[in-house]
Amino acid sequence: MAKITYITHDNQNHTIEVQNGLSVMEGAVQNDIPGIDADCGGGMACATCHVYVKEEWFDKISAKEDGEEDMLDMAFEPKKNSRLSCQIIVSDELDGLIVNIPSKQG
Amino acid sequence: MIKTDALIIGAGPTGLFTAHQLKLIGLECEIVDNLDKIGGQCIELYPDKPIYDIPAVPECTGEELTNNLINQLKPFDIKFHLNERVDEVKKDNDNWIVKTNNNTTFLTPNVIIAGGVGSFEPRKFPIKDCEKFENKSIFYSIRNKKIFENKTVTIFGGGDSALDWAVELSKNSKINLIHRREEFRAAQATVDKVYELVKEGKISLFTRYQMASIKGENTLESIDIKSDDKNVKTLKTDYALGFFGLIMQLGPIANWGLNIDKKTVEVDTEKFETNQKGIYAVGDICNYPGKLKLILSGFHEGALAARACFKLARPNEKYRFEFTTSSKTLKDRLGVKSD
Repeated sequence: MAKITYITHDNQNHTIEVQNGLSVMEGAVQNDIPGIDADCGGGMACATCHVYVKEEWFDKISAKEDGEEDMLDMAFEPKKNSRLSCQIIVSDELDGLIVNIPSKQG
Repeated sequence: MIKTDALIIGAGPTGLFTAHQLKLIGLECEIVDNLDKIGGQCIELYPDKPIYDIPAVPECTGEELTNNLINQLKPFDIKFHLNERVDEVKKDNDNWIVKTNNNTTFLTPNVIIAGGVGSFEPRKFPIKDCEKFENKSIFYSIRNKKIFENKTVTIFGGGDSALDWAVELSKNSKINLIHRREEFRAAQATVDKVYELVKEGKISLFTRYQMASIKGENTLESIDIKSDDKNVKTLKTDYALGFFGLIMQLGPIANWGLNIDKKTVEVDTEKFETNQKGIYAVGDICNYPGKLKLILSGFHEGALAARACFKLARPNEKYRFEFTTSSKTLKDRLGVKSD
């Protein structure tokens, strides 16, 4: 279990407890956090679950696998700290993780 | 106006198998899809990715699945309307009048929405000002490459479309190519060609840059691009092209008076009918308690929706359930010999 904070574009904080093993995307979708569309359902095929990971957390989460960077090319306003939230799997180590949701997903 | 027993919106796996079921039970149908090819998400998002949970198919790629479904439709004559998006669905007594953006009009008692997560549209530049230049100085696909001759064209993106067009247009235009990182995800031969053209001075390459703002009155004049470390460059340009792939938009479906929740359409689980009589939703776009977004669920939903269509298309006939293994009627429709 980890507390994850999602900050939406209008600066609203949503802190929820997400079960270990779920992705940060699933945590958002199951709790109706606005701004994460996840059109492809976690298949790393659409870039609509794009988030910005707070700098201090960026190095602590597992590195990008092949294909994620390619998908991020298509994301809306990608930055250095961009990730696809379907590829970040929640564990105790991620307790306190903060991610920012972009203003749009496409 | 085209008259048909059922119109299917979406040529993904669910739409294709639904067509199979409709034809098998003796109904006519046509299919509309906004993409230029058959296959939906399977072909657009993951043609090469293996799928492991299609019943009786241990492993196949999105492309193989699509090809198999197309093969399964071979006995039937089905008209596809590709590159067309359904914009309007209007009630006309017991029928629906359906209109596409290409002005194709259908009259049908049954409309089956097999639209996945909506229609695929090109991803656009995040800068708001770009809208006013769209289809004038800013494009997301190319219809007529002649307009770029002897002009400066600034291309954004790092995939095959961006690089292919950079190479092609560099023959007659001055090209700026902008990509957010050093690595490209295009075919290696194309990437090599681009570097060659950069060396020859035919393409100016800016990696680790993205669009920051644009300037121009009636036509585009220049673009500011910004690097990761906040370096800004101004590029004079006549045209800008963006190749960021496609995104799914629910689009006009939202205006047809259907109950929509989180981009999905509510249906019953007997006919997969929406709150509008004669409009059904199957596959990823439908929603009911327990819905699974799996291709196999779409097949089941389509099979049941097809039976529901029979009642409205042939109000004076009774639908008879038959097996393909034993029914002579079904075998005749499939064009196979009966025992």
